[in-house]
Amino acid sequence: MDSIFNPLVGGLLIGLTATVYMLTIGKVIGISGILSQLLFSKERFLPFLFIAGLIIGGSAYGVFTEQTVPFPEVRSPWLLIISGLLVGYGTRLGGGCTSGHGVCGISRFSPRSIVATLTFMATAIITVAIVN
Amino acid sequence: MYALITLAAGLVFGLGLAFSEMTNPTVVIGFLDILGDWNPSLIIVMASAIGVGVIGYAIKNKRVAPMVASKWQIPTLKHIDSKLIIGSGLFGIGWGLSGYCPGPGLTALTNNPNEGFYFIGALIVGSGLHFLQNKATQK
Repeated sequence: MDSIFNPLVGGLLIGLTATVYMLTIGKVIGISGILSQLLFSKERFLPFLFIAGLIIGGSAYGVFTEQTVPFPEVRSPWLLIISGLLVGYGTRLGGGCTSGHGVCGISRFSPRSIVATLTFMATAIITVAIVN
Repeated sequence: MYALITLAAGLVFGLGLAFSEMTNPTVVIGFLDILGDWNPSLIIVMASAIGVGVIGYAIKNKRVAPMVASKWQIPTLKHIDSKLIIGSGLFGIGWGLSGYCPGPGLTALTNNPNEGFYFIGALIVGSGLHFLQNKATQK
């Protein structure tokens, strides 16, 4: 690890955003939940703004922020499709993803989120160990 | 006011993903590869994000209501059931396969579109399947 500066700044920005959003609007930030509101609810304007902002902010990667390693070579569409189906279905069945359970849930010591985070970390680590 | 806060939250959250390099699946898979060539940088991301969050909830617990909205809408579910475990387990498998969770997958639409469109297309279908399943069981 060359520098802890970028991951530290990144984590602080994510934590600050979740905190300010929670203290003002009164809700947690969960990307999978906000995306499904955009897709399946009747109140789409605010989820749309959030997702649009997220994509614009994330586009700063490698332009205004450091990129330490290259992107992987473009992988098989089938791998991406199977991954997307599992992530889409799994996050909705489990009620959250890395942001909702992993950051916001653990921050308030929610037992559900701690169990969820340990579970998806474990299956992700096992999956990578098998694939590699 | 809601619109301004929500847009700003999306922007800064996305910027946070960019700084932390969660936008890059090589970094994420490197973090999950604890038995191989492990890249621990995302521990710093998670620890600093959760550290700020813990302070945030300490402030929240001293307030009756949020600053803009009229009431708190923080999840209050407590029970741990098979849906939580199976759903999170499936999510982890999908995350480990590609290195994309939902936020970084969305940013891949612009950063790495050759992958992002397949991943997000399938993610929408997967969420839709759960939505339809939920609707069917509620009838």
